[in-house]
Amino acid sequence: MIESFYSGTDHFSIVPALMMALFGCAILLFDFLIFPDPRQRKWLLIFVVLAEGFTGYGLIKQMRWIADNGMALTAFDGSIQVDDFSIYFNWIFLIAALIVAVVSYRYLENAGEHHGEYYSLILFAQCGMYFLATGADLVTLFVGLELMALSFYVMVGFLRTEKRSNEAALKYLLLGAFSSGFLVYGFSILYGITGSTRLVDIVSAIASRHSPDPVVYLALITTSVGLLFKIAAAPFHMWAPDAYEGAPTTVTAYLSVASKAASFAFLVRLFYGPLAPFAAVRDVWAPILAVIAVITMTVGNLAAINQSNVKRLLAYSSISHAGYILLGLVAGNETGIKGIEVYLMVYTFMNLGAFLVLVALRRQKIIGDEMDDLSGLMKKSPGYAVLMLIFLMSLAGIPPTAGFLGKYYIFWSLIEAHQYTLAVIATLYAAVAIYYYFRIVKSMFVGELREKAPMATSFGMRVALAVSGVMTLAIGIYPEPLLKLAKESLLK
Amino acid sequence: MDQHLLSIVLLTPLAGLLVLLFLPSGSKNLIRIWANLAFLAGFVVSLPLVFRFQTGLPGFQFEERADWIPTLGAHYHLGIDGISLLLVMLTTFMGVIATVVGWSAIQDRVKEYYAMFLILQTGMIGVFMSLDFFLFYIFWELVLVPMYFIIGVWGGPRKLYAAIKFFLYTLAGSVLMLLGILTLYFQHFQQFGFYTFEISELMKTGMSLNMQEWVFWAFFIGFAIKVPMFPFHTWLPDAHVEAPTAGSVILAAVLLKMGTYGFLRFSLPLLPKASADQTIVQILAVLSIIGILYGALVCLMQKDWKKLVAYSSVSHLGFCTLGIFSMNPNGIAGSVLQQVNHGISTGMLFMVIGVIYERRHTREISEYGGLAHVMPKFAIIFAIAMLSSAGLPLLNGFIGEFTIMQGAFEASRTWAAFAVPGVILGAAYLLWLYQRTMLGQVTNGKNLTIPDMNFREVAMFVPLIAMAVWIGVYPKPFFDVLRQPVTEIVERVHPGYFNGSQPQPALARAGAQAGDAR
Repeated sequence: MIESFYSGTDHFSIVPALMMALFGCAILLFDFLIFPDPRQRKWLLIFVVLAEGFTGYGLIKQMRWIADNGMALTAFDGSIQVDDFSIYFNWIFLIAALIVAVVSYRYLENAGEHHGEYYSLILFAQCGMYFLATGADLVTLFVGLELMALSFYVMVGFLRTEKRSNEAALKYLLLGAFSSGFLVYGFSILYGITGSTRLVDIVSAIASRHSPDPVVYLALITTSVGLLFKIAAAPFHMWAPDAYEGAPTTVTAYLSVASKAASFAFLVRLFYGPLAPFAAVRDVWAPILAVIAVITMTVGNLAAINQSNVKRLLAYSSISHAGYILLGLVAGNETGIKGIEVYLMVYTFMNLGAFLVLVALRRQKIIGDEMDDLSGLMKKSPGYAVLMLIFLMSLAGIPPTAGFLGKYYIFWSLIEAHQYTLAVIATLYAAVAIYYYFRIVKSMFVGELREKAPMATSFGMRVALAVSGVMTLAIGIYPEPLLKLAKESLLK
Repeated sequence: MDQHLLSIVLLTPLAGLLVLLFLPSGSKNLIRIWANLAFLAGFVVSLPLVFRFQTGLPGFQFEERADWIPTLGAHYHLGIDGISLLLVMLTTFMGVIATVVGWSAIQDRVKEYYAMFLILQTGMIGVFMSLDFFLFYIFWELVLVPMYFIIGVWGGPRKLYAAIKFFLYTLAGSVLMLLGILTLYFQHFQQFGFYTFEISELMKTGMSLNMQEWVFWAFFIGFAIKVPMFPFHTWLPDAHVEAPTAGSVILAAVLLKMGTYGFLRFSLPLLPKASADQTIVQILAVLSIIGILYGALVCLMQKDWKKLVAYSSVSHLGFCTLGIFSMNPNGIAGSVLQQVNHGISTGMLFMVIGVIYERRHTREISEYGGLAHVMPKFAIIFAIAMLSSAGLPLLNGFIGEFTIMQGAFEASRTWAAFAVPGVILGAAYLLWLYQRTMLGQVTNGKNLTIPDMNFREVAMFVPLIAMAVWIGVYPKPFFDVLRQPVTEIVERVHPGYFNGSQPQPALARAGAQAGDAR
């Protein structure tokens, strides 16, 4: 019976999303019915693991289907398109959601806010991301984006009793709504000039208009603004440091990795490849995005230098990473898109890993996200310190860690596109980044041990850290499988 | 066994590290013994390289090749020629010495200390063996983090500043070098249709002079910061002064040679047109000469013993780069030999400082004076180290500097004329240092009671002194090993250099220009 569910076309194309939504609802019910005691709520994780298991199975089935049929799986009258590209990104979402869910229970217990709906929200957000990666219709894409964003608004404010969490949620909500407004405005113009919400129709309609066409540019600009907000590119990055700092650390990790990857998947879809409405006006947006990427790297790197709060520092660092990833799109060649894919996968492991260490630093009554809280970590828990070192080296792009591969691809694509100036700027910022990442390293390895309360570990935390650490090193030392996968997952 | 010899040499430190991690961190002596054994084993397994190396064979020996990342065209490709042989041996040899040096100086976090040295050792050996640019780059960067920790954790009062300065400088250089590598890599792809990082393949890439020059400068920044050439040398005094003794020894003896080795292995053979370009050669020679003179003059001003030796490195490395850019057999062979010499003699000088620092915990030259009366053994060893560094005949420094000067003279008399004062100044600052610290009456009461060197301390100098004398008296085996690779490099940069008339570089350039004009 299960087999028949995982075949066919229409519902087959959204089986993974269905699984997430169903299990998300199931968690809401069961939380209520059978786990009135908060200490038992960690058993809700079983539902998350099951949901991800079925989702993963669905993704594998979809991969097989695409390989067998040699074409993308389109459904619902062309509003969903499942291809290797979307599946690749869905793997990223799955990894991020699973790792975040697994480490959350101890964190939320310590913060005194362990509620079942947290896990449903993780799944609902992932469900939204699924439609961001697979959508081929403006309405589907927008609904996906909003589903993701709404789940995150709630999750960011999940620590109800903490002021900063509330503030972060409100800021994120207001600015997010604002950016969605821009995005929809752009979509409405696209619909207005083409008469259709399907990307295929929009592409052909735009191609038939004679350029330069100011209306297309208007649509381009408003849509870009909306999307750049989501990836926290400067000058639309203002919400990110506050939201990242105030949100529960587990949510910050999820937000910085999965939400960013989903928005990039969306961005790439709209700007590159056969379904991209804006591929035709590449000459217009490429230089603009180049400037934005440089500003983003500048803001991210320079602002990170002076941060004393590690979460905030990582927020700025994630802004600068968005700048790097944008450069892959600016280069606009196959290597660049491969670079975006590789970078985002690698970034998932290394950034999650770095945040996980901060999650473990949150103990009862100790917030643990200041630079001083990491001081002397090597003396207290050498395992965590060494793992953090690996993650930070990877974020800084030092071989033999995975982060180097991401940077390497971006530089390579820029050289291929003869964008030497951009390449030099990007490399020099890589040196700047060393400075602030190694401030954390300095604090951990050279600083004095200030407080001796043990780390908040749990079984899930150990597994998640081990997976992130091993993957960060393994991809750095033997990246061949990932690079092959990225190559096969290009937009065709 | 023979076909995996290089891998064994490369991985021995890592195997040592693996065991080290399982030793209890409380038992310091066990860790020390194990680390010393690991480095000794690293040296012993590298000895067969010397005996089985066949002098005079063209190309690389003991080659190992396996696919690593086919998508990128990166391979696990190792191999050595005469130049790398000397530097690999220098690395394994100095590794043993440097671990012995740290025996009593390091009391804190012993396990991490040796772990860092073992990673560092792997990176350095890998740099000298890689025949694939990607692999080379991985090893090149691998040395940064352990060195950061060695300076930053076990260093002196300004250790953190020195460590991050070292890191930022060298990293900025290497990422720019990466862009050069990528440009070359992409050019090769455009011409041959497949991606590869193999040095031998990349050498086939045809590039315009202009493109070669850009790539050359990208490589130059990476290598020149590492050497360090003037004006990129400012990280070096800080790093040397703050590093623990063993760190300084490895930094001076091996790490700096990665830069000069980079010039010889990559810049010259991969970019022959740019390397033969007179403008570039002139600029680099002038920078080398400035380095020689400036380093020496600054040495005369130093009040800090260790800083003096650090600046002397800038001066000596200036000779090495001058030899390289003379682009003739004498210059290059002399340069490689001088790199080994500098490793031995400056290594000794830093160890001398380490010995005295452990006793008095100050490096101010004015704190000392008349030490020869109190520490006769120390005085003799310091004298030998100092004279070897100053280039006294019958010791190693003389041979290297003399050969380089021969090469420089052959390339341009002006260069030689400007470089010679460097030799004199070198003797001056070292002799003056010796005079101020060792000779005369004991001026500072605290110096009266310090003990002379113990057996371990003398023992760690003996092999270095033996090497210094060997090279000074009978350098022929070294030059024999170097002849073939040096010939290949010169032939690559100046085709036809060895056929008959030996055109002067200036003449060759005039000929080339005439060719262009046609």
